[in-house]
Amino acid sequence: MSDEKSPAAQYWSANLRLILGCLIVWAFVSYGCAILFRPLLAGIQFGGTDLGFWFAQQGSILSFIGLIFFYAWKMNKLDKKFDLGE
Amino acid sequence: MSQFAINLIFVGGSFALYIGIAIWARASSTKEFYVAGGGINPITNGMATAADWMSAASFISMAGLIAAGGYANSTFLMGWTGGYVLLAMLLAPYLRKFGKFTVPDFIGDRFYSSKARLVAVVCLIVASVTYVIGQMTGAGVAFSRFLEVSSTAGIWIAAVIVFFYAVFGGMKGITYTQVAQYVVLIIAYTIPAIFISLQLTGNPIPMFGLFSEHTDSGMPLLAKLDEVVRELGFRDYTADVSNKLNMVLFTLSLMIGTAGLPHVIIRFFTVPKVADARWSAGWALVFIALLYLTAPAVASMARLNLLTTVFPDGAEAPALQYDERPQWIRSWEETGLVSYTDKNNDGRIQFYNAVPSFEETADARGWAGNELTVNNDILVLANPEIANLPGWVIGLIAAGGIAAALSTAAGLLLAISSAISHDLIKKTLKPDISEKGEMLAARISMGGAILLATYLGLNPPGFAAQTVALAFGIAAASIFPAIMMGIFSTRMNDKGAIAGMLAGLLSTLLYIFTYLGWFFVPDTNMLANTADNWLFGISPLSFGAVGAMINFGVAFIVSNATDAPPKEIQELVESVRYPKGAGAASHLSH
Repeated sequence: MSDEKSPAAQYWSANLRLILGCLIVWAFVSYGCAILFRPLLAGIQFGGTDLGFWFAQQGSILSFIGLIFFYAWKMNKLDKKFDLGE
Repeated sequence: MSQFAINLIFVGGSFALYIGIAIWARASSTKEFYVAGGGINPITNGMATAADWMSAASFISMAGLIAAGGYANSTFLMGWTGGYVLLAMLLAPYLRKFGKFTVPDFIGDRFYSSKARLVAVVCLIVASVTYVIGQMTGAGVAFSRFLEVSSTAGIWIAAVIVFFYAVFGGMKGITYTQVAQYVVLIIAYTIPAIFISLQLTGNPIPMFGLFSEHTDSGMPLLAKLDEVVRELGFRDYTADVSNKLNMVLFTLSLMIGTAGLPHVIIRFFTVPKVADARWSAGWALVFIALLYLTAPAVASMARLNLLTTVFPDGAEAPALQYDERPQWIRSWEETGLVSYTDKNNDGRIQFYNAVPSFEETADARGWAGNELTVNNDILVLANPEIANLPGWVIGLIAAGGIAAALSTAAGLLLAISSAISHDLIKKTLKPDISEKGEMLAARISMGGAILLATYLGLNPPGFAAQTVALAFGIAAASIFPAIMMGIFSTRMNDKGAIAGMLAGLLSTLLYIFTYLGWFFVPDTNMLANTADNWLFGISPLSFGAVGAMINFGVAFIVSNATDAPPKEIQELVESVRYPKGAGAASHLSH
């Protein structure tokens, strides 16, 4: 199917896949590890408390930074590959 | 030298710096006034965005909230940072490509409708004005404490300073001033935190100190804190939360609201290229994270310091004598933000959580109720004094708190004035206005917005925390979904967007007013604001996320039931998706 798509459409669906992947990680670290799965992570001790607490107050923020830079880096490569950059 | 003189030097020196920068970076065209000429380096822009974003709420209130709520209030940390992921991936690069000055500009052009533009202007003004009130009040509190003037005088001083550099410099002046303000506020925030972390744990990096050993007790810091608060009848600091749905929705509301706040969005119009908008969001979050990763350490350490000041030998031993209370309690008592009543007449300060389940223990210790009330908002400002840090650190904190409030106020005022002069006057009422006339209109409307914000800051309707929530709720439920659908759906039409924005806005307002009173007038609420009454346990503050979903749903249904947007609009949407010049769009649409 993707063979029939124009390069621009391929670029856009590659972007959408990348966004989806990043947002899954985004939701997993914050809503997952820090909130909903915290009871499951309670067994993993970390600095006087459990890993979920660390994710809520440190880990999720660090992950967000990593995600944005990863996305910017990947998109720059995509811009070049499809020659759609400025 | 007296503390007052030190404060004066720090605050006065930082003001001289801001005004000097504003004079150096005067705006001479509308493009410089609205988007700083579009030539700001992404790292510089990231730093300015960080100062723009981190308001009095982040600097002054947030650590206090976390100190009081512990794990449960981690929502603020995640919510106010996670929105940048949404901004970087869903909004910023495309809006930069679109290349306009304001948020209503995008909505008006994308949905080919002046009605949509007006709805966006209203959402923007309501969200920004409610938010700016809190900044003026925050600056007033900081001034009154540190410059020993009345808070009324403090608010007026803040208004004059903001007027100077925002009105003359426009976005260009604001951007460079915000860079200076970021430097001031981050130094002011981290230096006391480093000292305190060293005192308590021996680790100079607060974000590591938080998970290190408490030097005095040899226990992990958080375990020690849990023990101390438990002995005084409080919930464990690290205790889990039972209403997870509400916690998720509250965090989501803050995230979507962050990504939908116009003064943050317009910052991404100022960078030269689309790729720069993506990097810039990352840099902004790095600079924000320096404060946000430190804040939880400040929170837990300040809570521990506060409780061990009152109970130097533990909860079982006699508490601190009121007559021997430290200087910081005396000075904050004068502001009314700390107060003491000796309920059991023993001359000591019993500070604990007076709940029924703890009554037995309290009775056994001869306590007759909690005797000390400490306003959460003073925690960061009082922190250096609680930890006995030198006078210059206190002066620094004063300058930092004021920088945080002023930088956000300036960004908000610019968003308001550009919506009025550009979207309302230039695009709607008087299209033939000259560039000079438009700049004058922008400056006059900014002056008007400052006066309005000052007036509301002087007469706050008494709902600071709620108004901030309202600003986030409105941004989340109206602006964010409209922009996102405008980019990601070529099928979304004007009717769908307008219906969606109105449905999101009105449902959010209705839900908030049901519990907090119509227009926040006390006693007009239809239901008591308690967890039992909330729909599915969703608090009014968390409703923004639901409002956003209503917006998406209504827009989708209405749009699909009505005509598709014209072909040139569909081509416009295609074109914002690719960083390359707009010409590419024409041969891509098929």
